[in-house]
Amino acid sequence: MSTAKHTPLYSLHRELGAKETVFGGYLMPLSYPGGALQEHRHTRAHAGLFDISHMGQANITVASGNLEKVAAPFTGDVASLPPGEMIYTLMTNEQGGIHDDVILARLRQEDTEVPCFHITFNAGGKAANLACLATALNDVAKLRAEEDKALLALQGPEAAKVLERLLDCSLNHLHFMQCCFVSWHEAVCLVARCGYTGEDGFEISIPASHAVDFARAALACGEVEAVGLAARDSLRLEAGLCLYGQDIDACTTPIEAGLARFVSKRRREQNDFPGSMIVLQQLQNTPPRHLVGLMPQDKALLRPQSELLDDNGQIIGEVTSGGFGASFGGPIALGYVSHGFESPRRKVFAKLRGREITVQITDLPFVPHNYRMKSEI
Amino acid sequence: MNGKKYTRQHEWLLLEEDGKSIVSGISDYAQDQLGDVVFVELPEVGRTLEASEIMAVVESNKSASDVYSPIAGEIVAVNSELEDHPELINESPEERGWLVKMRASSAVDVDNLMSAVEYHEFLSSEDSN
Repeated sequence: MSTAKHTPLYSLHRELGAKETVFGGYLMPLSYPGGALQEHRHTRAHAGLFDISHMGQANITVASGNLEKVAAPFTGDVASLPPGEMIYTLMTNEQGGIHDDVILARLRQEDTEVPCFHITFNAGGKAANLACLATALNDVAKLRAEEDKALLALQGPEAAKVLERLLDCSLNHLHFMQCCFVSWHEAVCLVARCGYTGEDGFEISIPASHAVDFARAALACGEVEAVGLAARDSLRLEAGLCLYGQDIDACTTPIEAGLARFVSKRRREQNDFPGSMIVLQQLQNTPPRHLVGLMPQDKALLRPQSELLDDNGQIIGEVTSGGFGASFGGPIALGYVSHGFESPRRKVFAKLRGREITVQITDLPFVPHNYRMKSEI
Repeated sequence: MNGKKYTRQHEWLLLEEDGKSIVSGISDYAQDQLGDVVFVELPEVGRTLEASEIMAVVESNKSASDVYSPIAGEIVAVNSELEDHPELINESPEERGWLVKMRASSAVDVDNLMSAVEYHEFLSSEDSN
């Protein structure tokens, strides 16, 4: 008997005939009967609806004057984040490794009664991360897990059109990494213009009591199809996005992982996040390894933990994520290579079932992003 | 009765009239378990295989699955359509998605393989385990 947890949409996934998998302690839909390849393509062409309620959600209440302390565990400009804005940021450990990657949303001005930050974090190690963050925030802020909320993602070029229709309001004022509250059938939802696919899209934090009805309403739209975790993984891989626990972990620094831009200029100057000395050293000199895009010059897929070799057969790296890029049109992967091998178009090698295949280092993303950036009118 | 025989490793084979030649592939159950097939690695024509030797690899995004040779024999043809259309294995695993044609050196004994009915019974008993 399975001891995995259920999200509020579990019975809907069963009704839709999803193949299941356990992820982050939850029984999640891996794919629906149409198959993951088709779900992947549909998301990039139209709109995909994802249940991501396995992820952690919490809110932070803090009095004014303590904002800098809320920012302390993170590498980004959390303290100066204006209401309605969001950042992707990293929690680091004392070795400069990545403890978790999160999205913080600034909800409103500081208020001791009402939360002013919402945080989304990874499903794996959810309880431990919550405890760690609560400890880090100590007495300066109140951290409360949002156990009664579901999280849905609607991603793709038609996501905005569909969501505006469902919510009966314009979302034109929201650009990538901005959020707002919208009511749907008397449920207050946090609508965030962000995602994990590289497409324009939204993540909607909605009371669990309303999640199934909202999902059904979305799926009733012709543009929308249900999408499972298999396609979610192939979409984020094409978008060059890291998966915690695979591409980034407690032993990888933001610099090694190609995430230096998420260590803000101000935090570098302040040198005030966990492991900042080590991170700053890597920025000054060079990191010992780099996370890069990998393109096998073959039709076979590269798998995690496959070794990468130089032309003398010496091990110079390792694959961390691999799969088939349905929109890209071939196998793609992410992995670490030793410093000196990270230049795009450099060729390295991998052993695959006794054969040696050539792998080309490549820039990320594999498929261009379609975020709705502020520079657009 | 379609004349196909099935192995416990979820392959099917169809014996030709000469009693020595077969066409073989993976079963509908196997393709469903795999998910969308994105790549197939087929053996070289002319290669000889023992029974149960790894004959091909079928890759989905999830995993690479070994396909075992159902008989001892020589590969006389492979389904070259699969190179550009690996999805044929999902669409038609037991017809257009065939993998190899082989010829055994002597008459093939199919008595210890399962008929379609027996294979479906086998699947039902596997599922309830």
